[in-house]
Amino acid sequence: MIIPTLTEAEARDLRALAGHMIPASAAYKVPGADDDLILADIVKSLERDFDDARTALAHLAKLSGGTFAGLAPARQAEVAAIFKAEGGAPLHALNRVVLLCYYRDDRVMRALGQEPRSPFPRGHDVEQGDWSLLDPVKTRAPIWRRVS
Amino acid sequence: MHDKVDVLIIGSGASGAAVAWSLADTKMRIVCLEQGDWVKPTDYPSNGRDWEARLFGDFATSPNRRRRETDYPINDANSPIKVVNFNGVGGSTIMYTAHYPRLHPSDFKVRTLDGVAEDWPVDYATLEPFFAENDRMMGVSGLAGDPAYPAKQPPMPPLPLGKSGARFGAAMNRLGWHWWPSDSTIATVDYDGRARCINLGHCTPGCAQGAKASTDITYWPQAIRAGVELRTRCRVREITTDERGMAAGVIYYDDKGAEQFQAAEMVIVACNGVGTPRLLLNSASARAPHGLANSSGLVGRNLMFHPYAQTYGYVDEPLDGNHGPPLCLWSHEFYETDRRRDFVRGYAFQFNRGIPSILEAITSTAAGRLPWGEDHHRVYRTLMNHRIGLSAICEDLPEEHNRVTLDPVLKDSNGIPAPRIDYTIGDNSRRMMAHGHARAREILAAAGATNIGTESPILNGGWHLLGTARMGTDPERSVVNEWGRCHDVKNLFIVDGSIWVTSGGVNPTSTIQALALYIADSIKKHLGEGTLFE
Repeated sequence: MIIPTLTEAEARDLRALAGHMIPASAAYKVPGADDDLILADIVKSLERDFDDARTALAHLAKLSGGTFAGLAPARQAEVAAIFKAEGGAPLHALNRVVLLCYYRDDRVMRALGQEPRSPFPRGHDVEQGDWSLLDPVKTRAPIWRRVS
Repeated sequence: MHDKVDVLIIGSGASGAAVAWSLADTKMRIVCLEQGDWVKPTDYPSNGRDWEARLFGDFATSPNRRRRETDYPINDANSPIKVVNFNGVGGSTIMYTAHYPRLHPSDFKVRTLDGVAEDWPVDYATLEPFFAENDRMMGVSGLAGDPAYPAKQPPMPPLPLGKSGARFGAAMNRLGWHWWPSDSTIATVDYDGRARCINLGHCTPGCAQGAKASTDITYWPQAIRAGVELRTRCRVREITTDERGMAAGVIYYDDKGAEQFQAAEMVIVACNGVGTPRLLLNSASARAPHGLANSSGLVGRNLMFHPYAQTYGYVDEPLDGNHGPPLCLWSHEFYETDRRRDFVRGYAFQFNRGIPSILEAITSTAAGRLPWGEDHHRVYRTLMNHRIGLSAICEDLPEEHNRVTLDPVLKDSNGIPAPRIDYTIGDNSRRMMAHGHARAREILAAAGATNIGTESPILNGGWHLLGTARMGTDPERSVVNEWGRCHDVKNLFIVDGSIWVTSGGVNPTSTIQALALYIADSIKKHLGEGTLFE
């Protein structure tokens, strides 16, 4: 099976776009989605969304009049805003992959106070809560409709 | 060519497993054909760091997105609600939330009570012992004393309220409306070889802990020990008939794609409300040109989904997010018909604990709440784990134009024509959904939520596939009789959600399985009386 890959130009545009979607932040101590590790994960994870991603990037290149990555930062911001409004389902699919990879990065998860691990086998703690809240409901007469 | 068997079951999901287990004590030779695979606990997404991503990949709820070799495509372009399912041992019990309400007594008498649709030919009282038996087999957690139901006794204590459940409970008390811990097939204590829930939180696409009941770990081990043979990767193309018009067996493709024939004395179909009509329509012959068991013309018609009206909001403190089973409470305050409303019948609310953090980012980006750029990080921190929501699961009345047919072009990997869905949401359902949204806004306001959003209907919300081969006593107005036997073919039975006459306003798995056990019991009684095929 041949796994399709992005062209170099598409990959550069994707990096630039990802940086506009989620930029690095010193205030929140997180990398951007254009970080090398995260971007590599994004490219590797396109899978079922590869065709949509390529469609979206072609649209972005068209809006850019060439390559998005080659535009000046201010112009990139303008084009990105137009693209966000016009991109439709292909952009939605691409954006989803960016988010799926960004928010599973160890550095990002730790910055959010999350443990970078799978749910199994440790699971999580959930408090029982105050079951006395149910007391008023227990006093209600049956509300189901009798059919006899 | 295989030796003839006594009972051939097609499909190993909720109903196929239950009927196999029940019939096993007859000592008949029983074979079940399942098009999917066994799923190992180590296969489930919650084992890995990519657990959220796999909900959009090999554990996507839509077979059209998932595209496993064991899936078949569904043309649901002409439906505002898309079909979701899972194909494997356990069927869609692998891929469900384990929310486990029963139908109400009134659901079986809608014509008598409300003048709509048809009454069922069975009632709640008849099914009650089978509900209880099924609760024991699947392992149900919950709390006795719910005023929304006749008395019942779940065998395990309820799921924890958590932060969001407590917030919802307090809100419902302020409004004076019913709420109750939901029945769930998630084990809250060690139960019958299953380990208790440890709040993995990602319950829907399979439980790595094995706390969530799916029939591969409940009914099937016992059925197989009792002698039932389960063959995987066997996709049935058609049911064949003999010169008397009785079911003779099935033609299927095995795991190597080779065509096989399995003869049987009796065939039981358990392929869900889309797969079953697809199979019957694909079994057309000169004797039955419009599909097998379809002299009524109702095979594939009256498809019911349950339109979901989802409403959610955000509170100012972090809640449970996806930690813990996603559904732990219900409200049946608006379930029964109230003539002061502009619709008949009603709906249940199911309360959502929260959603996973990346899903929050995805859905909030799509809804325009989460921006690109510098402000992304600040806004995301106000959303993650702050969401609470609830869904009105609305009773869908049967309408003949809502239907499953065979797509003239689309085929599965074995070349078998795929199903096509044509479905619209009825006016009664739309009014019910509007009512549900309005009440949900009141509940969310009482719970302190703002920034309200809706999804109506939930697009990928076609979990409940009902009504497409309904039961009844009149062969001109139904496909199977009051104990699941096809009017047209006396050794052909249907036990899945296809046979539902109306949909009720709750998740159907509990009632589907109780009905399957009831039909199996009826088969055994008629077998004993020598009247099974009369």
